[in-house]
Amino acid sequence: MHEIAVPGTIGGVDTIAQSFELALRMLTHFDSRLTQIVGLSLAVSLSSTLCSALIGLPLGAAVAIARFPGRNGVIVALNAAMGLPPVVVGLAVYLLLSRAGPLGEFGLLFTPAAMVIAQTVLIVPIIAALTRQIIEDAWAEYREQLQSLHAGWWQAGLTLLWDTRFSLLTVLLAGFGRAAAEVGAVIIVGGNIDGVTRVMTTAIALETSKGDLPLALGLGIVLITLVMALNVGAYVTRGWARARFG
Amino acid sequence: MGEVEIPLGQPIVANGASVVRRGVRVLDRIDVTISPRSCTFVLGPNGSGKSTLLRLLHGLIHPDEGDVTWGGETARPPLRHAMVFQRPVLLRRSAVGNVRHALALAGVRGAEAAVRAHHALARVGLAALAHRAARVLSGGEQQRLALARAAALEPDVLFLDEPTASLDPPSTRAVEDIVQAIHAAGTTIVMTTHRLAQAKRLADEVIFLEGGRVTEGTPASQFFTEPSSPEGRAFLEGERL
Repeated sequence: MHEIAVPGTIGGVDTIAQSFELALRMLTHFDSRLTQIVGLSLAVSLSSTLCSALIGLPLGAAVAIARFPGRNGVIVALNAAMGLPPVVVGLAVYLLLSRAGPLGEFGLLFTPAAMVIAQTVLIVPIIAALTRQIIEDAWAEYREQLQSLHAGWWQAGLTLLWDTRFSLLTVLLAGFGRAAAEVGAVIIVGGNIDGVTRVMTTAIALETSKGDLPLALGLGIVLITLVMALNVGAYVTRGWARARFG
Repeated sequence: MGEVEIPLGQPIVANGASVVRRGVRVLDRIDVTISPRSCTFVLGPNGSGKSTLLRLLHGLIHPDEGDVTWGGETARPPLRHAMVFQRPVLLRRSAVGNVRHALALAGVRGAEAAVRAHHALARVGLAALAHRAARVLSGGEQQRLALARAAALEPDVLFLDEPTASLDPPSTRAVEDIVQAIHAAGTTIVMTTHRLAQAKRLADEVIFLEGGRVTEGTPASQFFTEPSSPEGRAFLEGERL
């Protein structure tokens, strides 16, 4: 570590101290570039989490409750897809959205919309697979009661989704965490264009390769702080809900 | 509950109904008739198939042999039955929210649902706890809420599977009183219990099960004085020892 000479910086402990200082300064001074990057990061990752929730929650609940041929295959596929490599997803979405691709006419490549699409592909399996597990466990407990009350499939699914809402909050956080943390997919379909598609992870990758380690680390600290804050909020909410609703 | 006289008179009949699970006959060629407005207790040792019989008569499970008819129909009649389970499954909502949910599934909404939910909770003494979260209520309160939820549906037949199994004596008594009131209002009751004293207090018909077979179906007064089957006699003897 101490031998590494990076142009424009000092190595080692100084770099770390310097980057904390820089992170703190960026956070307290609402550095406009930082604000813009953080804002776009949040907007993209929250949008993809929302889209994934709209697809993944009903999908997970349906697989949990329905019995159909090939169901086990679907469950294995969903679980496996949780580990999709972001760069591969990025490449696939790139091919879909590129001018020659099937969705090329919409001109979405290198826009935030493309990043949302790529992240959604990435985290739908996470949300669907974890939702499936939670709803299936709840279904085992609620099935007879709901059948006794003449709940149809649709009503049973909605009832279960609502009743497990606090557990599903953790699922959404897992999805958001993955979306906010990944770099491979967004850098391919977004292009890391300054002021347009530059988010925290792509900015960190860029600053690191340019050798501006304090800025890269500072951004990293901001990113981790944000994700932590969100998780603390969710944890507190869940604890409160457990005490309130049992 | 039903002030109506006529449409309640539909018997539930099992004809040679068997339920087989993993090669074991949990219920073996059952022939029973639940008369309208009766208060029928299903008695028998552990594992004799009491809960399975209730689920069969409620329509939650289908017979592997024979059939079950409700007023002569083989299709499960909608909204005519309700069941209270041994462990109440309550939703993560308020007490009144649980009753409203059941009513909504039965197609009752709006002002009527509000009135019915309120009455049902008041009847089981939970009106003051209507907005408390259901899952943080005590065991006895949860079971009373489950009863209120079932009663709010104004069923013709109410099934209760050991509703007092894990309750203390005051809660047990409260549940018994509610069941009695529901029965008095014209609802047919079909209930299982481990407590013979409870059956003596409430039952007017007894179905005795052992090893998945009905050994007798007799009026309660007769069962408790002169059981006709040796199994029933042995069961009562065991209780007396």
